[in-house]
Amino acid sequence: MSEFFQQIINGLSLGSIYALIALGYTMVYGILKLINFAHGEVFMVGAYSGYYLATSLGVERYAQSGASFPLLLALLVLGLSMAIAAALGVTIEALAYRPVRKAPRLTPLITAIGVSLFLQNAGMLLFTPDPRPYPPILRELRFEVGGVIVTNIKLAIFVVAILLMVGLQLFVQRTWTGRAMRALSLNMDAARLMGIDVNATIRATFAVGSSLAAAGGILFGLDQITITPLMGVLTGMKAFVAAVLGGIGNIPGAVVGGLLIGLAEQLTAGYLSPDYRDAITFLILVVILVLKPEGLLGVVRQEKV
Amino acid sequence: MSAPAPRKPRWALRAAVAAAGVAALYAAGLGVQAGLIDYVQRILLISGINVILAVGLNLINGTTGQFSIGHAGFMAVGAYTAAFVGVHLAPHVAAALGAGGVADAVTFNLALLAGAALAGLTGVLVGLPSLRLKGDYLAIVTLGFGEIIRILFNNAQFLGGATGYSGASAAGLPPYTTFFWVFFWVIAVVTLIKNVTFSQTGRSLIAIREDEVAAEAMATPTTRLKVLAFTLSAATAGIAGGLFAHLQGGIRPDDFKFDKSIDMIVMIIVGGLGSISGAVIGGVFVAVSLELMRDLQQYRLVLYALLLVVIMLVRPAGLLGQRELGLEWFKRRRRPTESA
Amino acid sequence: MSLLALERVDKVFGGLRAVREVSFTVEPRAIFGLIGPNGAGKTTIFNVITGVYRPDGGRVLFDGQSVGGLDPASIATLGVARTFQNIRLFRAMTVEENVMVAGHKLHKAGLFSAIVRDAAYAEDERALAGRARELLEVLGLSQHIGDVAGSLPYGSQRRLEIARALMLAPKVLLLDEPAAGMNSAEAFELERQIRFLRDELGVTIVLVEHNMSVVMSVCDRIHVVDHGETIAEGSPAEIKVHPRVLAAYLGQEDEAAEARA
Repeated sequence: MSEFFQQIINGLSLGSIYALIALGYTMVYGILKLINFAHGEVFMVGAYSGYYLATSLGVERYAQSGASFPLLLALLVLGLSMAIAAALGVTIEALAYRPVRKAPRLTPLITAIGVSLFLQNAGMLLFTPDPRPYPPILRELRFEVGGVIVTNIKLAIFVVAILLMVGLQLFVQRTWTGRAMRALSLNMDAARLMGIDVNATIRATFAVGSSLAAAGGILFGLDQITITPLMGVLTGMKAFVAAVLGGIGNIPGAVVGGLLIGLAEQLTAGYLSPDYRDAITFLILVVILVLKPEGLLGVVRQEKV
Repeated sequence: MSAPAPRKPRWALRAAVAAAGVAALYAAGLGVQAGLIDYVQRILLISGINVILAVGLNLINGTTGQFSIGHAGFMAVGAYTAAFVGVHLAPHVAAALGAGGVADAVTFNLALLAGAALAGLTGVLVGLPSLRLKGDYLAIVTLGFGEIIRILFNNAQFLGGATGYSGASAAGLPPYTTFFWVFFWVIAVVTLIKNVTFSQTGRSLIAIREDEVAAEAMATPTTRLKVLAFTLSAATAGIAGGLFAHLQGGIRPDDFKFDKSIDMIVMIIVGGLGSISGAVIGGVFVAVSLELMRDLQQYRLVLYALLLVVIMLVRPAGLLGQRELGLEWFKRRRRPTESA
Repeated sequence: MSLLALERVDKVFGGLRAVREVSFTVEPRAIFGLIGPNGAGKTTIFNVITGVYRPDGGRVLFDGQSVGGLDPASIATLGVARTFQNIRLFRAMTVEENVMVAGHKLHKAGLFSAIVRDAAYAEDERALAGRARELLEVLGLSQHIGDVAGSLPYGSQRRLEIARALMLAPKVLLLDEPAAGMNSAEAFELERQIRFLRDELGVTIVLVEHNMSVVMSVCDRIHVVDHGETIAEGSPAEIKVHPRVLAAYLGQEDEAAEARA
């Protein structure tokens, strides 16, 4: 039984990371109807930013002397990485997506695939393909509760993820920019006519989504111990499936989807076979698109003829 | 009513042309093997295989406008099937026909056809549920299927699992793939696709791309045709897979990752989505760049990535748009759409 | 027996009842008008008849057969053709190819014939192209045969849609605002063509149109809807002076129609 709870804990923490990334996919798709393939790479850049920032702030010295990395510095690393990722997301939008916003849907899809491919291989060239061990921004502490191993990292994942998601919810519901985002996702032309600055709002969407992905990247690195330049490929795809599962364009859906995918993956790896942990996500993708393409929390849209 | 065109001369003429073509191809094959260095030969063979992939993929993505980005899965099905069937069929064919070139040719082509058939069947299975979806959703679900297929092969122990399949002998799969066979199949596939595209079926496929609602209102059986185009393109990818397997001497699931699907997308985007001759150009381009940049994989992929983005930004129609190259340039009267 | 009949047809979108219990019958070889202010539900009714939407209530009968719930391709094969309010041509194809696409009934040779390019295939192509040219001539588009459809002037595009629909050899042709964007000379020519279709080709016509002079001139009977409901039906003369119709249009009668009366 404790085995089961172990899997649940692991699944939920993995799922929280997927949820953070899925939010970025879902917000961008809700407004632009664009699958931002490059989002997985923003996640990767966030993780690497954390790596380099922590290293330059001397995380190794702390680890060697047995002390933990100061919380303040850890938060600094987190914040700066989120900012870097936000800048990257906004740049991608400006250079690659904005010029083709009006084109038939196929064109932005190809462009997004191209940007993703570019970042993956640029990452391979810049960071080298070797897996890197993640610096102990949080020094791992293990607890055992009723036969279940919980680490402070897993707790941190929950805490950070929940805080960020609550923050996002407040942002989307209470601030002008957030409301503008919601308006744009419902009817871009009407929003424009109401005086909303469409370009600025889209930039903000990319910035927010990218920063969440970066947080996910750092948490992923702490949890999974190593990072590679291609980490965004598979994880990005899974997070995208999570967004689709919950209902693409639907923010609570992204959270629900992320947690479900995380659980499904963990339970499959634990009870079926580790070989199929990736397959289960693709299977879920195929099943949901065939049975209920609008997702669990999504709404069907009628095409006007 | 006009008198029907005389039947005998039509088919006799065609048979004569075909025989001459085969002879010329055979001669060319001998010439290539004798005269060109291995490196260039390999580029030629890979170009041919790519052309088959690109022309087939173009039928569903370009002509019919249904975007499939997981086609590497069908290539994998064709490759594994052809390899497996070839290995198990060879002894029986050799027993019946006597070991030698003829037996090899028969085995190889039967294996390729088996690969095409199974790949086509997979295409039906994937296409039927998927083709109800539009645009991005279709693209993603095909991506998902492509990955599922690869993971299944990865876990199929009787086919070698992750280490791959290279047949019964230590030397690997028999090197059936020669210049002659590659370009024989190139001509066959291009002719097939060309004849389908420039026919009532092809017109219907283009109509589906241009406006599916209007096509349906004009009594076009859209679902059936979309599945047909998808299946044909899967089958041709299967042929390419079989040729690929017997060029490499062995195949692994990693040969058919999403990267391979991206290579295929680059082929049709560069040449122009919707153009058969464009697909040919794109196929050659990817083969050449693959070989020239063999040691610079990351740079090659960076190049592809930049190409995709720049082409979309500057000239989304690609090199030829929907136009075809050749003597028929002016007669064809196909022009790129304003909206592309 | 009527060729096309709607019996208390409903269509609901979410909370909006776009069509409420609309009933009418169209006799063979009639030119039947369906008019109403913008947003009245006319195109929705067309979409229900042609199978784009499934009726939520009531029945659609074509030639005595209930067709509600059939897909658009099947209904088109049965003999119901249409044009679209926002022109839906196959823009990248030539004018001739646009018409040929609808020639499924004339195309007897299968895909295999096309692949091997046998005599049956060549004959089919000739027949298709021949028929297409005939129809294009009827609609006055012969000089545009090789042109790309997307490059045609607006009025020609509308006529091309009609030629394409006729390729189906339909029993009923639904025309959705064919006169939109036409000047009076073009509209007059359109009236002539519509009458030709009924008189010479025996096609029954259902016409949705805002151009009142065209409507009053060609229609035998007119059915008026507003906010998805029927508000009147009758001859052009009756409809022209019908108080509910006038009220619905808020006095925006076409003065030319009045002058003609």
